[in-house]
Amino acid sequence: MPALASDTLREDIVDKLRAAIGDQLLDVKLVPGTDLWARVATEAWRDTGLALRDQGFHYFCFLSAIDWLPSPYGRGEDDPTEPAPERSTEIVHGYTGGETRFQVFARVTDIERHVGVTVKADVPEVAAGESPVIDSWVTNYAGANWHERECHEMFGIRFAGHPDLRNMYLPTEFEGYPLRKDFPLLARHVKPWPGIVDVEPLPGEGDESAEAAAGEGASE
Amino acid sequence: MTDLIDRQKLSYIAAQAADARLNVELETEGMTLNIGPQHPATHGTLRIIVRLDGEQVVWADPSAGYMHRGYEKLTEVRTFPQVTTLINRIDWLGSFANEVPFILAAEQLMDIEAPPRAQWIRTILFELSRIANVSLFLGDLGVQLGAITPVFMAFRDREYVLNLIEGATGGRFHPNFDRIGGLKDDLPKGWIDETRQVMKKLRNFCDEIENLLFGNKIFQDRTRGIGVIPPAVAQQYGLSGANLRASGVDWDLRRDQKIALAYDKVDFKVWTHPDGDSFARCWIRLQETREATKIVDQLLDGIPSGPVMAKVPRIIKVPEGEAWVSTENPLGEMGYYVVSQGDLGPFRVKIRTASFNNISIVPWVLRGVYVPDVITILASLYFILGDIDK
Repeated sequence: MPALASDTLREDIVDKLRAAIGDQLLDVKLVPGTDLWARVATEAWRDTGLALRDQGFHYFCFLSAIDWLPSPYGRGEDDPTEPAPERSTEIVHGYTGGETRFQVFARVTDIERHVGVTVKADVPEVAAGESPVIDSWVTNYAGANWHERECHEMFGIRFAGHPDLRNMYLPTEFEGYPLRKDFPLLARHVKPWPGIVDVEPLPGEGDESAEAAAGEGASE
Repeated sequence: MTDLIDRQKLSYIAAQAADARLNVELETEGMTLNIGPQHPATHGTLRIIVRLDGEQVVWADPSAGYMHRGYEKLTEVRTFPQVTTLINRIDWLGSFANEVPFILAAEQLMDIEAPPRAQWIRTILFELSRIANVSLFLGDLGVQLGAITPVFMAFRDREYVLNLIEGATGGRFHPNFDRIGGLKDDLPKGWIDETRQVMKKLRNFCDEIENLLFGNKIFQDRTRGIGVIPPAVAQQYGLSGANLRASGVDWDLRRDQKIALAYDKVDFKVWTHPDGDSFARCWIRLQETREATKIVDQLLDGIPSGPVMAKVPRIIKVPEGEAWVSTENPLGEMGYYVVSQGDLGPFRVKIRTASFNNISIVPWVLRGVYVPDVITILASLYFILGDIDK
């Protein structure tokens, strides 16, 4: 498949999406011949799904969310007996940017044209203790039902218009939202990660200086 | 397609009206039946709550989560090479196939490509996992319908494939063999010849199952026309793999997607079936197992020489970016959405598993069927609990 051909294919998708939702299409990232990302306004989230479905994206792949807050626990390798180190709380968004801590993203595929697209939308910030809300995709794709249930219990994002946001995995009385970055991975707090003490030299390494350099991103 | 929702609503209303009429005519009282969590048709612990009117299911709700292990959270505290250990255990019958999309996503972000020999061996092992996985399905299918013999045949012949996987990777169930940039090791001596022998045995196994099971009158009566899923509904729910192709949708990621595996070097047929019923789903899987043995044969003939590992940094740091890679796993489309922020480990990994979507259609497809058909429909949808719960 030549890269140029699929390029026009993806540009055409963007044009059609822009025609459907106008300037509510906020940002687009296109890697020629590889993939396409688009970010839309929160209000246009449901219409985006509809526009994509009408464009031929009939196959629903998945829907989920990202919590862009850097984890206050780092990579879970802190020594629990030491005071926790200072960590940056600055949010760095990925492709197509963003303005809020939570983003929902979904992927749909067009089976006729052999192409898929990932769409994202910011979930508006709310006061502590309240659940952020975004429109549900259930009316666009029936398969979004379970994905939104999963997303609700893992991130605490409510989907307006979803018929039944029961928990899928966790007990009903479970408190907290496990996939949020500020939810601690308790196993690492109860028992420290053995990797902290168990530092074996890598094959062919030999000296301590390479160990220190490894943290700086040394390669080869 | 746009009027699909309306049609669904109408069929729902019609079903409700029919149920109400049945209630009035027969003066029946509904009952709730709990199927599972332990049931041979569930490949793990899945509980299905069905509300019955007489023998007919009027409402069904699968209740998963008995095996939720939180892999998406755990990947956030692992380095990239460590993640494969976890994801091996998602679909435990075809473990190697779970590793491949994640490794490919990491390679895409790092902009490296595995050497050709590694890609070919990956593809061979990928197809061997498919055979190991689906041959168990074919044997197990008989058990759901009261036939005991096929499961013994399946376990007998699956053993040969597991031995091959063990021979190449060292692990029967959880190979953990795929590395960013290639493979852990090359194939052992004599492995290629042995694989050719085993593929012949597996083709015989497929013939045996086809004669014994698929031609059987009882099997046909219990699966033909049962649990029909139309193509539009199948796509809406994101059904993939054999379940989608059994509804007549000609979509196979091995053929239809540009990916760094050797599928474009081999010639194979993507089987579809127009019926969309339980029989079609089982039949497609049988054909795919046979097709997989042919793919392996072709790959063995043309396997290139050379290294199995590209040059990669010893400490693997993946540059910032996002990548989505999915492959046609034994159960259907499995993919990973990997978000990296230039660290040693991923920032977020969304694991898209095939069974999760395949089972989300259960409330839709079970409405109006009879209780014995619940088991055949679940068996034909074929799911693995680790693949639903992650």
